[in-house]
This record gives sequence, structure tokens and C-alpha cells, in this order.
Amino acid sequence: MIQTENLTKKFKTVLAVDNLDLHVKQGEVFGFLGPNGAGKTTTVRMLACLIGPTSGQARVNGFRVGEQDIEIRRTVGILTETPGMYDNLSAEYNLRVFASLYEVKDIPGQVEKYLRMLGLWERRFDEVGTFSKGMKQKLAIARALMHEPRILFLDEPTAGLDPEASRLVRDFIAELRKEGRTIFLCTHNLDEADRLCDRIGVFKSHLLVVDTPARLRAQVFGRKVVFHLRQADQALADRVTALPFVSETKLVDNKLLATLDDPELHNPDILRLLIGAGADVQFVGELRHSLEDVYLRLVKEA
Amino acid sequence: MDKIKTLVRKEWAEVFKNKMVFFTVAFLPLMMVVLPLGILIGMGGAGESIPSDVGEMPAQFSAFCREDLETGECFQVFMVSQFMIMFMIVPLAIPATIAAYSIVGEKTTRTLESILATPITTMELLLGKSLAALIPAVAATYIAFGIYAIGVWVIVRDMRLFTAMVDARWLLAVFLVGPLMALMAVNFSLMVSSRVNDPRVAEQLSMIVILPVVGFFLGQIAGLFVINSNLVLITAAVLVVIDAILVYAAVQLFQRETILTRWK
Repeated sequence: MIQTENLTKKFKTVLAVDNLDLHVKQGEVFGFLGPNGAGKTTTVRMLACLIGPTSGQARVNGFRVGEQDIEIRRTVGILTETPGMYDNLSAEYNLRVFASLYEVKDIPGQVEKYLRMLGLWERRFDEVGTFSKGMKQKLAIARALMHEPRILFLDEPTAGLDPEASRLVRDFIAELRKEGRTIFLCTHNLDEADRLCDRIGVFKSHLLVVDTPARLRAQVFGRKVVFHLRQADQALADRVTALPFVSETKLVDNKLLATLDDPELHNPDILRLLIGAGADVQFVGELRHSLEDVYLRLVKEA
Repeated sequence: MDKIKTLVRKEWAEVFKNKMVFFTVAFLPLMMVVLPLGILIGMGGAGESIPSDVGEMPAQFSAFCREDLETGECFQVFMVSQFMIMFMIVPLAIPATIAAYSIVGEKTTRTLESILATPITTMELLLGKSLAALIPAVAATYIAFGIYAIGVWVIVRDMRLFTAMVDARWLLAVFLVGPLMALMAVNFSLMVSSRVNDPRVAEQLSMIVILPVVGFFLGQIAGLFVINSNLVLITAAVLVVIDAILVYAAVQLFQRETILTRWK
């Protein structure tokens, strides 16, 4: 669906995107994370053929960036970081304009479909200037979908929205994923990325890492299992540490944290050891690092 | 073609909600018609009230004097002609007002990136924007001139005077030079609009295009030249060249990437 090879963009002396190699599969939600100024928007603009790369290659939907730009634009939708609308025109008119520019055949049908889907049908004749930020964002998403693109670039789709509107947009993105669309999601909302994305790429001018959120956690922090004990002591912790598959343990109050590669395989062994040693195990769970922790660690190390 | 039509309609739907633009399109031509007609009425219909012995007329006056016209009538024709030069501001000011906002307006409403993300070509985009400014300008000019011609006839009711005031020179100016001037204003304003980030700056800079008309006005008053059919035809030929250069420059200057990345 999206394939880049040494994709590079330089603005005078600033290297915005440096030799990006990326492969986004069909139907996946790909999270593109990175700090402000990392080059995320520049990457999206290159892939949506809004700006040209300085060097390198990219294919989107099988079309070559820089050579088949019109074809690419026909098959991708983009929600820009600050999507403007024609505020003194109605919601319906706004969508009709873009449906026409996207060469949509059944313009009234498409406009109605997405206005209804996003709960804006009743307000279709109202000027967009009277809409809330959340409504405008939904309208902008509808605009990006007018031509039923197979790939959707979403740049900060929930930025500045209240929790309710954010939830609505996220749910809608989840629906789009069910329809099998490929979604390239740039976001600073790491919780959102964690919930929505199949894979995540952390980017700071160049790609630092790409993987599933779960594997990224394991890769950065290892997997930690917490054993809640009625009574824990250091001797018990030392016996667990001595197990060959345990890389590290830590005792916090009566909680024993064990770092291990494969908890599913080795948790029973640890449990057997603890019970055999007379410990009362109250609860076992995996310590889940937030994606934010993972991201911050990666960006800091970069 | 559908995309161009869509853009033109969108531009009109948007731009005519702006009172300033609406005023320019609707009232400027009317004002430019009312002024010469008012002068004509003020000077007393067919000119009988003006004595024929107004003295020896300077060359720029006498150039308007046909053999079948009396001195007072010549004076009337001269005065009306002066205002007719100012009338030529209409095909410049209207498109400049509309086109100046067209690109910078998309920038300020942050819709430009979304437009450029569609499969629209630069030519289609610029053509749509140009026509949206050009059509109202030409239409307003023609309609206003029609009103002027009717007004002249109603006031003078004399074929000699009528044909002196609505003569080949002004027909050529309005119907040939008018659209060429409008095209010049559109392309100049589009270039300005592409390069600046503030609509006010775009409007002010775009209004530079009316300076040549002011130059013609002052030049004729000062007696430097007299606008006749030959001068109008020469002006038209020069405008064809200028328009060709400006169309080329407008397309060349519309660099999608530069516009997107330089504008914050």
C-alpha cells in the first residue's frame, strides 16, 4: 500500500526527512509518532503528493510519487493538521465542492452518506462557521472520505477536541479500519495510537523503530510480571532471581516484580516456586508500560 | 471542466457573501455610469445651454469635435469621454478585488492544502480562479456600458451626440480592451495572491493595476494624447502581449510546494 525507499526531504539546510524506509500494509492502521518538527507532516505531504521528495522513492497504492501524482491523489484521502473549511458556506456545500474535485460520480449520495454517518445531516444547511470544533473535524474527515479512498492520511485527527468528540472520531477511525482501509495516523495522543494502531513507527527525521505496540513495550522495557504476595522478603526475591529465565527482580512493598522474556511460558514455574516456598500469592498480573513511556524512552535515546 | 465549474461556483458563493466584494461588483460600475450621465444632465441635455463661444478650445477638446457638433456639444463629449476613461477602471477593479483574495483566502481559511490534495491540476485551479474573477468583471462592464448607452440616449435624444458619445472608440475600449484589461488584472492579482500571506496586502497590491487607467485619464486631461480608435487598438495589442506574459508568469509562480511550505 505504502512503500518508501530512502525517502528524503530537505528544505534548504534543514533535513526534514532522512532516508525513510517504510512499508505500510493494506488494511492496517499505522501510527506515525514523533516530536514536533520531526518531519511527520512533511512525510504525509510527500506521500499525498503535496510536496515532492528531494531524493528517494515512494509508492502509494502502487503509483509512484512524483510521477503519478494525480492517480495517487485520486486514491488517497487526507485530513490535514489544521483542516480549514469554507466557514461561510454550508456543510453540504463544502462537501459537494470537494466531492466534485475528487471526481465523485454520485455526489448527493456520498454527501448524504457521510453527513449521516458523522451525525451532521440535521445541520447540513448550516454555515460551517457556526459549527463547534468537533463538528468541523468530523466534516473534515467526511471531506477526506468523499471519494472512498483506500488510504487515509490523518494528521492529528483528535487534536484540540474534547473527550467526547475525540472518542467519536476514534470510534469512526476504528470503523474505517473494519472496512479494510489503510490508515496512516500521525498523532501525539499516544493512548489513541495504542488503542487504534496495528503498528507504530517512531520517527525523528528518520525512522527509529517500527513494530506493534506490544512488541515495542517488550523491546524497550522487557516484560514485567507482578506477583502480589501476602508477605514478601528479599530471600524469596533472590530465589526467583536465580531462575535462569528471570533477568531481573525488584521488591516493592509486598509486590515482587520479575522481568522475563516469555511470561506465558515461565509464570507457572515462578508460581510453583513461590507456593513451594510457602508464599501466599494473592494476584498475578503483567506490568504494562504506557506507550508514552516507550515513546519517551525511544525519542530520548535518539 | 466540471472541476473548473465547481471552483467558479464555489468562488462566487464565497466571495459574494463578502460585502466589500459585492459592493465593488455591484456599485462601482453603477457609480462609473452615474458620473458621466450626471455630468451630461448637469450640462443641460443636448448642450444648447452651453454657449458656443466658450473660447478657443485646446487641442484635446477639439479632437472630440466632429464637424457636425457645436462647440458646447464638443465640450460635453470631451467631459463624458474623460469619465469614460475612468469607467475603464471597472474591468480592472472588479477582478482585482476577487482574484486578490482567491489564493490568499484559501491560505487564511486553511483550505488550500485540502484543495491541492485533490486530483486538480494547477491549470484547472488557476483557470477556475481566473474565470471566477473574469466573468463578473466582464459582465459588469458590459451591463454598465449598456446602461450608460441607454442613459446617454435618454438624456441627449440626438443621434449625432449619441454616436459621438457611444462611438467606435468606446465600443472597442469596452468590448475588446475591457476583457483584456480584466484578464491582466486577474493574472496580476493571482500572482500577488499566490505570493503574499495577508489578504489586505493582496488587495492593496492588486490595485496597482488601475494605475495605467489613471495615467490615461491624466494624460488626456494634460493634452499629452487623445484617446482615439487607433490608440485603443494599440492598447489592445499591447494588452494581448502583457496578458500572455502574465498568464505564463502566473502559472510559473504558482508553485504548490512553495506556497504550502512557506506559508504558516
